[in-house]
Amino acid sequence: MERWCGMAVVVLLALSVRWAVSLHPYSGAGKPPLFGDYEAQRHWQEVTLNLPIRQWYFNSSDNDLQYWGLDYPPLTAYHSLLCAYVAERINPAWVALHTSRGHESPAHKLFMRATVFLADLVIYIPAVVLYCCCLKETSTKKKCVSSQAASALCILLYPGLILIDHGHFQYNAVSLGFALWGVLGVSSDRDLLGSLAFCLALNYKQMELYHSLPFFCFLLGKCFQKGLKGKGLGLLVKLACTVAASFTVCWLPFSTEREQALQVLRRLFPVDRGLFEDKVANVWCSLSVFVKMKDLLPRDTQILVSFCVTFLSLLPVCTKLTLHPSPQGFRFALVACALSFFLFSFQVHEKSILLVALPVCLVLHEIPFMATWFLLVSTFSLLPLLLRDGLLMPWAATAVAFCTASTTCFPLWAEASEEEALRLGPFCKAARRCVPQRRLVLLPCMLRGLFLASVTVMVLLTLMTVTLDPPRKLPDLFSVLVCFVSCLNFLFFLVYFNIIIIWDSKNGRTQKKVN
Amino acid sequence: MAASGPVQGSGNWFSALALGVSLLKCLLIPTYRSTDFEVHRNWLAITHSLPLSQWYYEATSEWTLDYPPFFAWFEYVLSHIAKYFDHEMLHVHNLNYFSTKTLLFQRFSVIFTDVLFVYAVHECCKCVGGRRASRELTEKPQFILSALLLWNFGLLVVDHIHFQYNGFLSGLMLLSITRLFQKRHMEGAFLFAALLHFKHIYLYVAPAYGAYLLRSYCFTANKPDGSVQWNSFSFIRVTSLGLIVFLVSALSLGPFLALNQLPQVFSRLFPFRRGLCHAYWAPNFWALYNAADKVLAIIGLKLKLLDPSKVPKASMTSGLIQQFEHAVLPSVTPLATLVCTLVAILPSVCCLWLKPQGPRGFLRCLILCALGSFMFGWHVHEKAILLAILPMSLLSVEKAGDASIFLILTTTGHYSLFPLLFTAPELPIKILLMLLFTTYSISSLMTLFRKEKPLFNWMETFYLLGLVPLEVCCEFVFPFTSWRLEYPFTPLLLTSVYCAVGITYAWCRLYVSMLTSPPAGKTKKQ
Repeated sequence: MERWCGMAVVVLLALSVRWAVSLHPYSGAGKPPLFGDYEAQRHWQEVTLNLPIRQWYFNSSDNDLQYWGLDYPPLTAYHSLLCAYVAERINPAWVALHTSRGHESPAHKLFMRATVFLADLVIYIPAVVLYCCCLKETSTKKKCVSSQAASALCILLYPGLILIDHGHFQYNAVSLGFALWGVLGVSSDRDLLGSLAFCLALNYKQMELYHSLPFFCFLLGKCFQKGLKGKGLGLLVKLACTVAASFTVCWLPFSTEREQALQVLRRLFPVDRGLFEDKVANVWCSLSVFVKMKDLLPRDTQILVSFCVTFLSLLPVCTKLTLHPSPQGFRFALVACALSFFLFSFQVHEKSILLVALPVCLVLHEIPFMATWFLLVSTFSLLPLLLRDGLLMPWAATAVAFCTASTTCFPLWAEASEEEALRLGPFCKAARRCVPQRRLVLLPCMLRGLFLASVTVMVLLTLMTVTLDPPRKLPDLFSVLVCFVSCLNFLFFLVYFNIIIIWDSKNGRTQKKVN
Repeated sequence: MAASGPVQGSGNWFSALALGVSLLKCLLIPTYRSTDFEVHRNWLAITHSLPLSQWYYEATSEWTLDYPPFFAWFEYVLSHIAKYFDHEMLHVHNLNYFSTKTLLFQRFSVIFTDVLFVYAVHECCKCVGGRRASRELTEKPQFILSALLLWNFGLLVVDHIHFQYNGFLSGLMLLSITRLFQKRHMEGAFLFAALLHFKHIYLYVAPAYGAYLLRSYCFTANKPDGSVQWNSFSFIRVTSLGLIVFLVSALSLGPFLALNQLPQVFSRLFPFRRGLCHAYWAPNFWALYNAADKVLAIIGLKLKLLDPSKVPKASMTSGLIQQFEHAVLPSVTPLATLVCTLVAILPSVCCLWLKPQGPRGFLRCLILCALGSFMFGWHVHEKAILLAILPMSLLSVEKAGDASIFLILTTTGHYSLFPLLFTAPELPIKILLMLLFTTYSISSLMTLFRKEKPLFNWMETFYLLGLVPLEVCCEFVFPFTSWRLEYPFTPLLLTSVYCAVGITYAWCRLYVSMLTSPPAGKTKKQ
């Protein structure tokens, strides 16, 4: 009873914050002719409602793909259709073909915000609550109620997702929520349900591919563990069937003709849009400050290079996960893989950082210090985007709120002084054999110093971005700086997460031996 | 791990609570704001651009200055910060002026002045007993009290959405109560005197202050049976109290006395031309009275006992402040309400005099005064319920019986604030915040008093649960029915009558608990 009351209070608080953020402007509000993601979503409703399914992804006189053409997988389209039905019942002018283009009104904003709110409430939040209720207590002390509610509070208050979904306007909570259901299913040995949920996520946003490798490796590793000749094979076949079946169902209307499916795929992976979009805190965008890769190399080479680098950075983690599958390792692998994809892959959006942030939220209770740090950096990297949308106030408020919540709920600073709590113990032991003792003792101190430096730089850059006008010659100076700083941080985190994953199982083994 | 978990978050939980709610307030900046926003902008303009002698005569806008001088000075100080934001808002003739900077300035002025409220809550927490040594932080009375006060739904809604400055005024009141708890009577009296000159609505609770200070401070000793020992009267104490009150009043009203404007100031402060009830009936005795009148009139018309031509047509909640003639029951005059209020307050003040129960008895009497005037006052606003709810939070964490009264009072009182926010975008936020506060207050107080008997009996549970269908009917079903045009005021009427029942009930229970409780002297001797 008390436990559920605590959870209920947390959820209600999270919902209040979400709705309060949604009262602020959305992307492209009052900015014709292109508007922003809000108009994109509205336009998809218009298209899916008024055109037959066969024309959704094709350019035609009724469907100008240059103007926010549909470029997400079928499930997004179905969701738009569902919303469009409701919108039509309320006010047909919102989704009328052609005439509704660029429609903006307070009532319509209310409707759109409500759809995001509902999606969040139905898919993402229950998954988070369930995940936190399943958390095992790490320490022996009996304090279950508050620490579960505390984790839920921090995860639900993560600013990035709230700001992008309820401020900027997107439906990331749906795909991330499905992915989270997938994680929940797979970690609790309900592999079929888990993979079904993940397939739904994948069919909602193709960006969920960032998470697909850990899922694949973890499930494959499980099959290996059970023995590929006996139970493992059975599981593998069942999983394959589940995935195939769910994909077939989602793609049914498009699988009748070859050309349909190909066109959808072309829309999903627009290779001609370049190595990166806008200003992203990934390696390619940061490198472009020094070397203009985009212009130097032909497109095919770019794709090849980014593919190779991504693949190489993924390899150790995925191998490790396949050989030693464990739910905990799986969560860390999700972080590392998503981060690799974000940093190195082709055509990355700044919003894709949410795909990394979700698994980081899941390890928040295990490594609170590093996770909070990462989540703050990820929120910071969204600053230029949100500033354009006029969301500075909610950005700052939610970021500070998140910081407050996590410092109150977890003993961040005390924890940051211990190697074990940072999961660096095994690594340090291994490293001590090669490096003189003295330097490694300082590792936690160095981390704390880095944290302070990183936070200071972020605060200073924020203040500069908000208050100063950039020099006329370099109008994007601040947003490039923000991306660059975030990228450096992310690279550091990539190294950190790879280290703890690779040195992890030795830790597990030694502990078992000790026990 | 060393000191771990949320349990041992030493002292920073308080700052986390305070910071958290301030950030939520920042998120609420773009929400709907009522005409009070323009009222306060106009006052900024009046105090900034006109000389003192014009303040209470200026009538360009219909929202004339009708708060006491200290509040006018407060606006004057604010206006000197406002000029750095947007100077245009400080022109008296710029009626209904709006700009983003004006919005930011006014909203932030409320958020920042709430610092006083936060400080007062911090002080308050020192007063509540920590007898129940509990290891869980979330089960400490101090934690629960600060959450109940800082995250109070009524303050959030009235100050940060509807727009008013109740935060720092309530802070002053809480601070003055705390000082009395800490036996720093002079400070308490000074703060309350100042508060009266900020907002004169606090006159309602002045009898409690007067009786308490006179009885427990000016008389320094009691007879063994607890009654007053007349020869222990301290003349120095009463003089110094009088001097403080006099000095504060002189500072506030003196300039206007010198300008010979005192009658004008008072005519602005106490406008009796307004009606018995506000546009929306506050859930008090008169709401029940009016409703009874309506019902009797309808019955009378049905049974042909009344002449239809003599029944007045005006519907009271149609949105205008207007005089209203009752059809069946006798009409109520301002004098009648004054008498009723005095009669309602008198027993509690007498009780405070006859069997003093220390500062807790005073607090109970103060709440009863606030509630009594809310129940029977002339032209009461629904917001005035905050005057009772906030001090009641202090009592709620100490005794199970008070906790139960508090929960009924706050839940119904807060629900009765719903009609303040009638715009669609604010509908979810008000429901969510209300649910948040109600869930938290009920669950935390139940946890705190889990060893005692249940906080609610079946009737109270039933009544509180009844708020849910009421809300569903009023805001989700009714607007889609055909009655919407014919009887537009039905939801308001239902809301205020339903809430009036709960508030009356809580008032009666609180009265009973005050009259029946034993004097403090006896319990202390044990």
